[in-house]
Amino acid sequence: MSVSRKEVEYVASLARLDLLPEEKESITQQFNVILDYIQRLKELNLSGVEPTTHVQQLKNVFREDRSEEKGRELLPEVLEEAPDSARGLFKVPPVIEEES
Amino acid sequence: MSHEYEIIIGLEVHAELQTKSKIFCSCPNSFGQKPNTNVCPVCLGLPGSLPVFNESALDLALKAALALNCEISTFSRFDRKNYFYPDLPKAYQISQYDFPVARNGYLDVVKEGETIRRIRIDRLHLEEDAGKLQHDPSGSSSYVDFNRCGVPLMEIVSAPDLRSPEEARLYLESLKRILLYTGTSDCKMEEGSLRCDANISLRPVGSKEFGAKVEIKNMNSFKAVQKGLEYEVYRQEKLLREGERVYQETRRWFEEQGITLEMRGKEEEKDYRYFPEPDLPPLNITAERVRKIRELLPELPVQRASRYIEEYQLTPYQAEVITSSQGLADFFEETLKGYRDAQKVSNWLLGDVLKLVNEQGGEIGVLSFQPVHLAELLSLLDEGVISGRTAKEVLEETFQTGKAPREVVQAKGLVQISDEKSLLNVIDKVLAENKGAVEDYTSGNKKALAFLVGSTMKHTKGQANPQLVQQLLRQRLDG
Amino acid sequence: MDYYKMSAAEAAGALQNKEVTSQELTASVLRRIGEVEEEIQGFITLLDENETLLEAEKIDKARASGESLSLLAGVPMALKDNLCTRGIPTTCASKILRKYRPPYDAHVVEKLKETGTVLVGKANLDEFAMGSSTENSAYYTTRNPWDTTRVPGGSSGGSAALVAAGEVFFALGSDTGGSVRQPASLCGVVGLKPTYGLVSRYGLIAFASSLDQIGPLTRDIRDCALVMDVIAGHDPRDSTSVPREKENYTDYLGRDVKGLKVALPRDYFEEGINAEVKKVVMEAVRKCSGLGMEIEEVSMPYTSCALPAYYLVATAEASSNLARYDGVQYGYRAAEAKNLLSLYKKTRNEGFGPEVKRRIMLGTYSLSSGYYDAYYLQSLKARTLIREDFQKVFENYDFIVTPTSPTVAFKAGEKTDDPLTMYLSDICTITANLAGVPAISIPCGFVDGMPVGLQVLGRPFDEGRIFQFCYALESLLGVRNQLPEVNVKRGG
Ligand SMILES: [Zn+2]
Repeated sequence: MSVSRKEVEYVASLARLDLLPEEKESITQQFNVILDYIQRLKELNLSGVEPTTHVQQLKNVFREDRSEEKGRELLPEVLEEAPDSARGLFKVPPVIEEES
Repeated sequence: MSHEYEIIIGLEVHAELQTKSKIFCSCPNSFGQKPNTNVCPVCLGLPGSLPVFNESALDLALKAALALNCEISTFSRFDRKNYFYPDLPKAYQISQYDFPVARNGYLDVVKEGETIRRIRIDRLHLEEDAGKLQHDPSGSSSYVDFNRCGVPLMEIVSAPDLRSPEEARLYLESLKRILLYTGTSDCKMEEGSLRCDANISLRPVGSKEFGAKVEIKNMNSFKAVQKGLEYEVYRQEKLLREGERVYQETRRWFEEQGITLEMRGKEEEKDYRYFPEPDLPPLNITAERVRKIRELLPELPVQRASRYIEEYQLTPYQAEVITSSQGLADFFEETLKGYRDAQKVSNWLLGDVLKLVNEQGGEIGVLSFQPVHLAELLSLLDEGVISGRTAKEVLEETFQTGKAPREVVQAKGLVQISDEKSLLNVIDKVLAENKGAVEDYTSGNKKALAFLVGSTMKHTKGQANPQLVQQLLRQRLDG
Repeated sequence: MDYYKMSAAEAAGALQNKEVTSQELTASVLRRIGEVEEEIQGFITLLDENETLLEAEKIDKARASGESLSLLAGVPMALKDNLCTRGIPTTCASKILRKYRPPYDAHVVEKLKETGTVLVGKANLDEFAMGSSTENSAYYTTRNPWDTTRVPGGSSGGSAALVAAGEVFFALGSDTGGSVRQPASLCGVVGLKPTYGLVSRYGLIAFASSLDQIGPLTRDIRDCALVMDVIAGHDPRDSTSVPREKENYTDYLGRDVKGLKVALPRDYFEEGINAEVKKVVMEAVRKCSGLGMEIEEVSMPYTSCALPAYYLVATAEASSNLARYDGVQYGYRAAEAKNLLSLYKKTRNEGFGPEVKRRIMLGTYSLSSGYYDAYYLQSLKARTLIREDFQKVFENYDFIVTPTSPTVAFKAGEKTDDPLTMYLSDICTITANLAGVPAISIPCGFVDGMPVGLQVLGRPFDEGRIFQFCYALESLLGVRNQLPEVNVKRGG
């Protein structure tokens, strides 16, 4: 199984990475080496094996429905980290996505 | 609407759950705060923060699911739905994919008291809400407020069972009633606590295959849902008639223009890369939990309405309107404890009482006007203490002040004059003043009697018992 | 006095006996930093010295006023720079979080603050803990104190090197596939990856949530147990944190190990294990029989599929965990983005380094529609088989012993061009993360003057007995708290 450059480009757009041409090239190559190694999994007989999504046996971990206000205290520290903000809001470029 | 095409509609409803705190953190679940003040590291999705699931969110979702006749899953879990958008701080939404809390329910859609259709519910699942975006009118920037992030939502997905835009609206009305009844959501569409997206396709009548599915967003009221879908039926039908193709796409409803337009950009990728949320252990929903919640389930509107028809001989219409809100239905039943005649209670409730409620803009049951007041008022009427006209006046006074009707009647001297002697004095005066009418009456024009009753009532400022006035007038004139 | 040479327990004892003050300990460490840090480059952020000393002074005052203090109160330490510290930069060694100051402390940071330890600085790592050498740090590569032309291992390479070089008494790291144990092995210190769920991950900037655990890097086993006494325990803010009674790990030290059974899985001594390393590890293992322990070879047949399963699980989770770095709320934002999509793409492409991008890509690919079943789901199933391998062995054995790393520390730049070879250096450590079991690396000897680590794995939550065993082994091997001579550039 090998991955084409086009697939790499699709994945990059899903991941919101604006890869440079040479990055696409090297990632396509490395992908194929890594995926080749990963093929080992295919040699296993995994039919009937339950997937492990959590290693623990924990179930029903809940929080009691109690509220606590933290926002006002937190806001100055949070906004200070914002690349751009105005009137207590986070500012971003217009949400009009270009078709690429 | 034509009979050439069959309309296939499915609805996805998002309802905010009425918990005290958010779904994965302890920020208050509240509305209308200053931007970005109702947040914490968890709902802001700050690096290193982790979600902890609010048990009430589960219980409320289960309650709604039971009311919607769903099967509750024994095993359920959260998954991550990955997509980029500035209102989604982690760039994934914690949602449920292949193991929702409930599946396979149904909802009976009611129109004017009659169940017209049973609509299947595919699934009900839990997820977190996103923040809100504001757009600069100049289009140069957008602004993000994360306050709403992490508000608990349940998504209720219907099967593609709805067959007309009207049915879609009625489905929503029936659903809203159930959610209000169960106290799971306040269903305020204007505040966004209930939102609805629709999927609609058309197919030639008799065809088994579905046509291209169009998703419609941004319909902000039940009426808008109906209107949006009606427009879409028109648009798709026109395309099909002209031999053109309907494309699978997402369209946005523009209320003012009354049209839908294709949405660009946002929906280009549907590759959400769902996978099990590693930060949250799975759920094992026990029979015991389900049993406890089932016990808390109130009698639902459809059941209640049919009981009213059966037990109190209400008309389906009366029953539907009264059960449309739990508060109203409770008020109705509470009134009946003090006054037996259900028909009269229903008439008053749906007439003058609701009118006043709407004028005051409050909610029945929480206003100062109480069921005992209505029962007392109706008894006063029956006892002949007050006239119907006075009763309306008393009702208004009670609404304003919360004073019991009997008190109002006493205080204002509104007691009906039922004393024959004093009435006869007035009547003699009226007869003397209206010789012409008396002559009309004796010459056979019986309508003149009504005029004379009216004049007498006027003289007594409406406090006379009209039946008695009529009787005494006849005695005088005929005797 | 060169107090920095003491172990944390020794320093704590000296503090309690008032033989030394926290300020003196801190000053000693700061002096050592002044001597060697330029060569080691273990810190990303070194806190202001005066403020650090002020913290130490507070503890001294409290002690002088007779307040009862925790054992580690006043002991200087470092934190891996992916642990959130309120108001102190927490960069994950990434450009995308350069200068980022979290508004809250990680759970372990709260615990250490309550204890009164003195934070000296934040340690270097591979960007977002992805790597085995610190060469993926966006800032610089930390050097191995035993040979500064070599890497310290990774991703907690900064933490390991700082402990080994005497720049702090202990440090915390995080371990997703060996990121505490492998650098501990390469730097000749002790490093523990606790059972998944024993230490709260709240405030640990996630790499792969189902694998990540925070663990200590220390000069010896006692120190490791002492630090675990502080950081282990249930935290309701982490849903995967297991509610269980708190243990006192130091209680296990010195208990007899006679009759305990050790499994030696031959699968860990085959693929790519350097012969010299294997020899040193086997010698140490042989000595265990002198402790009255039973040692037997076993087979763990699914070991060979651990690495592919690991890379699929870890990258899938990482692709999602790292999606939040988009230039909207905090961190780096690319300049001149005219719309949102280009803001996202530019910010992320400029903000992440090549290895992080590679892993985000691999993870996104394996989760994308059409590949989920072929890759991600397969890896979750393989994970089940690996867990079962462990369960079977632990039915009959108390511990599993393996090498920690297939080689000793390699030269900087040696493997950077070949991601797969680099991934192979995690081959012995990743299984513990996949299975969620505890695993420790302890120094067991040297090859060509470079330290070799031995890994001990135990049953879930059996950290106490791992300490019991390793404490006995440590005494037997006589390898503890060994500080290398760092080639110090003295004078001007
Ligand atoms: Zn919050």
